[in-house]
Parts: sequence; structure tokens; C-alpha cells
Amino acid sequence: MIKKYIEEVTARREKVLSIFLTAGFPHKNDFVHLAEKVLQAGADMLEIGIPFSDPLADGPVIQYSSQTALENGVTIQDAFHFAEEIRKKSDKPLIAMTYANIVSNYGIDKFVTDASLSGFNGVIIPDLSLDEYDKFITFQKEDFDIILLATPTSSEKRIIALDEKSKGFVYYVSVTGTTGTRNGFTNEDISAMQKNRKLISQNKMLAGFGISSAENILQIQDFCDGVIVGSAVIKKLINNESYDSVASFVSELKKTCRIRE
Amino acid sequence: MEKKNYQFPDAAGHYGKYGGKFVPETLIAPLQELEEIYQLVKDDPSFQFELMQLHKDYSGRPTPLTFAGRLTKHFSKAKIYLKREDLCHTGAHKINNALGQILLAKKLGKKRIIAETGAGQHGVAVATVCAKFGLKCVVYMGEVDTQRQSLNVFRMKLLGAEVIPVTSGSKTLKDATNQAIRDWVTNVKDTHYIIGSVVGPHPYPMIVRDFQAIIGYETKEQIQQKENRLPDYLVACVGGGSNAMGIFYPFLNDKQIKMIGVEAAGYGLNTTKHSATLTLGREGIFHGMKTYLLQNKDGQVEEVHSISAGLDYPGVGPEHSLLKDISRVKYVSVTDDEALEATKLMTEREGILPALETAHAIAYLNYLMPSTLKNEIVIVNISGRGDKDLNTIIENLGKTK
Repeated sequence: MIKKYIEEVTARREKVLSIFLTAGFPHKNDFVHLAEKVLQAGADMLEIGIPFSDPLADGPVIQYSSQTALENGVTIQDAFHFAEEIRKKSDKPLIAMTYANIVSNYGIDKFVTDASLSGFNGVIIPDLSLDEYDKFITFQKEDFDIILLATPTSSEKRIIALDEKSKGFVYYVSVTGTTGTRNGFTNEDISAMQKNRKLISQNKMLAGFGISSAENILQIQDFCDGVIVGSAVIKKLINNESYDSVASFVSELKKTCRIRE
Repeated sequence: MEKKNYQFPDAAGHYGKYGGKFVPETLIAPLQELEEIYQLVKDDPSFQFELMQLHKDYSGRPTPLTFAGRLTKHFSKAKIYLKREDLCHTGAHKINNALGQILLAKKLGKKRIIAETGAGQHGVAVATVCAKFGLKCVVYMGEVDTQRQSLNVFRMKLLGAEVIPVTSGSKTLKDATNQAIRDWVTNVKDTHYIIGSVVGPHPYPMIVRDFQAIIGYETKEQIQQKENRLPDYLVACVGGGSNAMGIFYPFLNDKQIKMIGVEAAGYGLNTTKHSATLTLGREGIFHGMKTYLLQNKDGQVEEVHSISAGLDYPGVGPEHSLLKDISRVKYVSVTDDEALEATKLMTEREGILPALETAHAIAYLNYLMPSTLKNEIVIVNISGRGDKDLNTIIENLGKTK
């Protein structure tokens, strides 16, 4: 479903805009409202982070939001509930993002089943490497995608293997580092992205990590099928900006995604 | 002849169902590179010679195996020997791994070294080898630990290291490790991460174990010389578990030898303030490995406690998880108070001030010794010395008086 949706967007010669929100952040009670606003403002997909106490792929911004969400008492069940509510009003892809321990603790069979029933279309597990994939993913469903990440340090052989295994799309980590700690791209980052995109043939490639503005999108949009923005949005929420202001930021990003070459 | 020899990890870095590589994709390439280099140097005589020279001339190995006469008399049971890692340069076994890994970093051509530290002993060891080899050193340390181990913070700075206090989460070792991993993901091109225990993604648990195994190999030779036989018991404290793996590993195929790993029970196992991972934890995925983990019902990692910063860790090396499951090693725990009492006992009876981590192993002798026989031999790994803990000891012994 995710793949088909991405193909529809790119067929219009637009770039996909995926927005990351931490489940239950900044508040548990109106999170669904925030998510709906973000989708209405033009996000093509939503990634919902299920908080983990030790998010080692995340920079300080998402660490803070995860910690706050945990303090707000947000659980995996809450995240499923949010997805259920959002799904009532939107057909756009919803993707869960969480760490391996949260999934294995819940049980992979149960996770895939419950996440899918609640309206999620797939999951991104940043610390599940290809090396552990087969032992870990012992249960799958046709309509629930396990999305894998490729990085500038991945070998060519590995990128091809990741592309073969990944479903929905390939999440390209555009810079080395954690989420939200870099702003913009060096020529080296961009040429690595260009080179790696050529290796990805089974999936569309969305780029994430280090994308925080329309300028950043303009820098890389010729070399990917879409972008993922997380920390820049969360930062606005941390700074107590209104949901309307977050929504207009999302609209502005999506506008940039519509600029055709 | 043993029918079946112990041989872990497998090629993918698994210890039974434990271990593995649960890390962001960015780190897969440097982990592979590290493993390749390690496999090359492992059997390279010139590398091993260089490392042995450093152990000997810089660190002061072999460390003695000391007969603890008055402690033996105290229990009037089996003979007690102490493997004296406290006499290593920098005061703990941590230097064994730091020296091995700094040579690996040189082979890898990395110019910048990062490390995490709890008690500060690993941080000091890494800062020391970086000073010796002229490499830039950054040490991540939980803010809570920088306060209770301020002497070691000062030592690291004196050695030229940059010490970065970590303020996220519980502000202790687990958070320092998260931050070190995040640094490594970011600076992977020029940086080598010297992890301090037998934890983390493959190949780290294997590499650190192999570098620490010198403790056990020496012990084996020394006890043969002194007693013309192998010991009956080996006792070591377990936080991440590197000193324990170091002394246990060379004896794993000697099936008659009983091995005991002692965890920190903190305020007690019936409280939430302990670090007894193998005793009370369950399977989880943390810091790149599958292993026993102290976690709540949702899979969130628990905040743990031990009077010794070095044992204050919610995970444990994956090989220990396997050794527990196959019942090769028995894992037990003692409380903060028991460790403090043991510190006094060892100091008064043997004139050796042990680290608070080590004191946990010593404290278990109260439970072990009554069941031993006079003609048996117990060896305790004295993993480090206690000078760094004087502040904590003064505060706490003062309280109980």
C-alpha cells in the first residue's frame, strides 16, 4: 500500500513528504488532532514514533520528545489507538517507528498483527540490522511493510541486499549521525546519495536525517523520491509553537516538494 | 578429552540466542571493518608481541596471584587466592582491553578515540593509552557518575581527555554508552569506539573478552605453579562482565571448576534499586546486543542502582546470558551494605583496599565459604583497587557508624 501510494505521488512529479511525530508528544490528549492537522497541511505520510527509553539513533530533539512522551505515560497501546483514530479520517500511509526492544518485548507476531489492525501500514526499526532481520522478523503480513534503512557507509552489495528486502520504500539516511543534528548537506553527502539511488531498483527512496527546511529539500530533491522531516517539526513543538504554525511549516515544505524541475 | 568444547560466538556473533548486531545501519560497516582487522591481528605474532610487551613493560603484568592467609583463616575453610588486577597500571583490569584496542585503532588508522565510563576506571585506562599513543580522547560519563567519581574525572582531564558529562536519562553508565554510540554514528570515519566491557554489538563482546582473557590464562599458570592443581571456584563481580569473562573464559572447558558471577543487589532485590540483571532481568535488546535486561513490562529499560558506579548497568554481556542459561556459571547478588562490609574485611585482613565493584565478589565469600572444604581452592578476581571509592566509602561507612 505504501509503495503504491508513493508511486502515485511521484507520478504527479512531486516529491513525497513524510512527517515524523512522536506518539503522544507534546500531549497525549490532542495528539490525534495534531496528526490530522499535519496530514491536512500536505504531509503525504505520517511516521509515528513509539517512544523507547534508550533511542540511540536519535539526536537530542527526538530524545527529548520520547522522554516526555514516556513521562506522559504513552505506551505502545496508545500509539495503536492514535493510529486507529487517525485512520478514521485519512487514507494516507501511517508508519510506526520504534526500536527493536519495543517490538520484541511486545512479540513480533502480535506487533505486526495489532499494528496492522490499528491502521499502521508498516514499521521502521532503526536498530534492526539486515544481519538480524531473518531471526527477528519471524512473522509478516502482506499489507504490513518492514522498511529498511540504507546509509552512506553501506557497501554497494549491502544497499542492493537492503533494497531487495525492504518493503514500502528504502529509508535513506542521508548523513552519518543521529536524527536532527545536521542541517544541510555537503557535496560528499549528495554524491553518495546520487550514487546509492542508482543501486536502489526495487523501491522508491526517501531521504531522512538532516532535512529541516525547504532549502534542504531543494538541495536533494533531484536525488530522491521524497523526504522525511522529524526533528525540525518536533523542535517547533518543543518551543510551544501552535499546531497551526506547525501545519503552515508542513505546507511550506510540501510546496517545495511540488516544484518541478 | 572434552567431548564438546565451548566455542562462542558463532560467525554472526551470536552466543546461543544472545549477542548479535542490533545497531543503526551506519555502524555496520565500521563493525565489519573492526572484525576483519581483529581476525587479522589475532593470530599475528608481531601484534601479539607488541601487546605483550606493553602488558609487561607498561602495565606491569603478569599481576600476582596472592594467597590471602588471614582471609583464609577468617573463614577457616578453603584456601583463598586473589588475582591482583588492582595492581595493573591505572588500578584495574580495564587497561588490558584499552591497550589491545588502542593497537587495533592504530591498525584501523583512526585518529580519535571515544569511550564511555561508569566508575571512571575504563575512562582512565582509555585516556591513559591515548596519552601514550598521542591520540585524541573523548570520554562520555553520566553526570551522576562524574559527581561520585570526581577523582577519576580529574585524572582523565589530566591525561588530556575531554570528559563530556551526559545529562540524558538516568545520567549514568547506560546513558553514557548511548551517547558514545551516537558520537560513533556521527564521527564514524575518523573515530574508534573503545567500549569498556564485554557488551555492545558483535564483535565487541568477543574482542573485549579475548583481551581480558589474559587474566584467566595467567591465573591458570600461577595456580598450577603454586598448588600444582586447578582451583575449585572462581568468583568475580559482574556489571557488564569483562573482568568475570576475563578470568572465567580460559577455564570454561574445565568443567569441574565452579564459577560464580556476583551482581549488585543495591538496596536489595525486593526493591527497585538494584542492578541484578541476570538475577531479575529478562531477554531484551539494548546497546546493540540481545541479552538479559532490566526492563519494565513495556520494554522500557529500568533505571538501576548500585553503590558502585561500575556495576550500575541494566544490561550485561551476552556471553554471560548464555553462560547463565546453560548453567555453566552461577549468578548471584549482594547488596550495597554487604559490599561495604566486604571492603572493610579485605582492607583489615589483607591490607588490600578493593574497588567497590570488586567488593561485591568478596562479599559473596560469606555465602560461599561455609560450603567449601579445607582442601579446596577459591580464587577471587580483585578487578580493581578502591582509592577512587574513598569518598563513597567515607560517606557510607560514616552513616552506619
